[in-house]
Amino acid sequence: MGAGIELASVCCDFGKFRAVDHVNVNIEPGEFFSFLGPSGCGKTTILRMISGFIEPTEGVVRIGGKDMKGQRPNQRPTALIFQNLALFPLMPVWENIAFGLEVRGVDKAKRRARAEELLALVDLHGAADKMVSQLSGGQKQRVAIARALAVEPSVMLLDEPLSALDLKLRQHMRAELRAIQKRTGVTFIYITHDQGEALAMSDRVGVMSQGKLQQVATPREIYNRPANGFVASFVGENNILPGKVQNVSAGNAGFATPVGVFEARLVGEKSDPGLKLYVRPEHTILSPKAKAKNSVPVTIGDVSFEGSFIVVSAISENGTQLTAELRNDGSATVPAAGTKMHVSFDAANAAILPDTSAAGA
Amino acid sequence: MQDLLRRYGAGLTWLCIGLTFFWLVMLVLLPNFTMLESSFRPYLAKVDEGGPLDFYSLGNYMKVFGNEVDFSVFGFVFQMPVRVKVFYLTIVYSALVTVITFVMAYPLAYYLAKIASPKSLPTLFLLLFVPLWVSEILRSFAWWIILAFKGPLNVVLMALGLIDTEIRWIAGFSPVVIGLVYTYVLFMVFPLYNSMQSLDSNQIEAAEDLGSSRWRTHWRVILPHAKPGIASGAVMVFMLSAGSLLVPSLLGSTTSGWFTQTIQGIMMDSQDWNTGAAFAFMLLLVCTIFVSLMMRVFGVKLSDIAK
Repeated sequence: MGAGIELASVCCDFGKFRAVDHVNVNIEPGEFFSFLGPSGCGKTTILRMISGFIEPTEGVVRIGGKDMKGQRPNQRPTALIFQNLALFPLMPVWENIAFGLEVRGVDKAKRRARAEELLALVDLHGAADKMVSQLSGGQKQRVAIARALAVEPSVMLLDEPLSALDLKLRQHMRAELRAIQKRTGVTFIYITHDQGEALAMSDRVGVMSQGKLQQVATPREIYNRPANGFVASFVGENNILPGKVQNVSAGNAGFATPVGVFEARLVGEKSDPGLKLYVRPEHTILSPKAKAKNSVPVTIGDVSFEGSFIVVSAISENGTQLTAELRNDGSATVPAAGTKMHVSFDAANAAILPDTSAAGA
Repeated sequence: MQDLLRRYGAGLTWLCIGLTFFWLVMLVLLPNFTMLESSFRPYLAKVDEGGPLDFYSLGNYMKVFGNEVDFSVFGFVFQMPVRVKVFYLTIVYSALVTVITFVMAYPLAYYLAKIASPKSLPTLFLLLFVPLWVSEILRSFAWWIILAFKGPLNVVLMALGLIDTEIRWIAGFSPVVIGLVYTYVLFMVFPLYNSMQSLDSNQIEAAEDLGSSRWRTHWRVILPHAKPGIASGAVMVFMLSAGSLLVPSLLGSTTSGWFTQTIQGIMMDSQDWNTGAAFAFMLLLVCTIFVSLMMRVFGVKLSDIAK
């Protein structure tokens, strides 16, 4: 069964550089938790602190309620799946999977039987005696998962394991990983810079930037209710308009931008630094006539066809570019370039968010 | 070939090929064939050469037998031709030198490849290379001085209180083994370093993460990966040790005969190049067979070493 993980005010320094800065998070037993962030944001460092390859400079890592200080990776109930998988190329597949059992002194017949069982679990029948080099990318992936599961860890740590696969296989493995997690009940901690992966697989997502945890929430909340400008712009696309808060009333505020004054949800305080207006392209509506509120006259620029949706870029009178997304379901007519139209959005779908990085904090 | 001609023009291409050809034929093949040919002919006075006594035979090779002496292995004493005994001990002690260099080089190579910070590597390599700038003769003499009965090693050990009376280091094969280990240890370090460096560090971490102890990680992950490096290092150290003349001559004692010394004696003192050549080829042949056998035992292919 899975164990819970608690990171209490964890910091990690490399020389003068603070890679992880006071991260606090409680991960529930059996949860699928993702750390999402751009490269260099400290997410891999967090993973290595949980697995025991790095000791935190400050703070405590608890697994199943137990302080892990001083515990080597081979003493922790965690199993790590490396970005490059790190399978042992000189051992056949079954010895790879059974390696964790071998070091625990399980006899050969039992090891072999367990390896076959795990191969069945990851849907790789009959590969036991192959060498790792004979397997395809997706198959290697499965072997790596089986090898990690063999030691019956309470926590599985995955370091962008899907990044080397092609798109179709990646989508397939997402579902597979999720299914294995549900079947085994092991806590999964998943590291990725791919928002699609994090949103599709996780129970909760922690978005990181510059060593700090920006927001921890369910995928829906992360996307629909981002806590700040970084989260909003890292996860999904946005029209971002700088401006100033004018009047605040019942959670909404009037926001003066170079394009006009708009009403939107105010997240945080009027005095927060770096406030900007964020509107998702799919919430940006194109219409021939101006709406009563939050409406801007525009000229249609580029129209790019992306398959399931169509991206329309619209240019306002002062030259600000706004992007709208239309679903390719026949419900909307695709405007021609150069058409005069109006862009509008609902106040509920627009947010005024602080950008902490702008204030340098 | 076409490629070379197009890239460098006819002149440079033929010069390169010509020089390589000259080196291979004139400096490698021809001398060796001359020696091989003469090793089958008897050592004769000038007037008898080409005469009725000059015919091919294995006579020179058979001279390794005869002159039986006592030889004891684990308390069992039996008779053995003196040259075979020297030959045998040369192989055994060369193998011992190989094993000792491996035991010394493995931790060092591992440290250089996986633990030392990349920044300190140039300094560490320089420190390793510095002794090579001094000639082999001087280094062997240095050991001869260090190991002398009233030499620095005994003085230091006595000063530290580790021994009460001087140890006679230059006796039996130990000084030869010490000298050979010192001379050839780097030939083991560098192939090992190369093969370990190519190991993905994630594999070491993965093994540890799966619960493996340090020893088992070495045994199951690092050592198998380093096998080609170990093999090429071992072949080099073994062949160089068995073929070394300088170290056994300088550091040898009265009881440490090395087969190269036997060959030198026959060639230089007896001026019998035919028998000397025969013995030299015998050494080469037996060493090659021994190395191939060892490679078979440890499951190493020739192509692994070439990597």
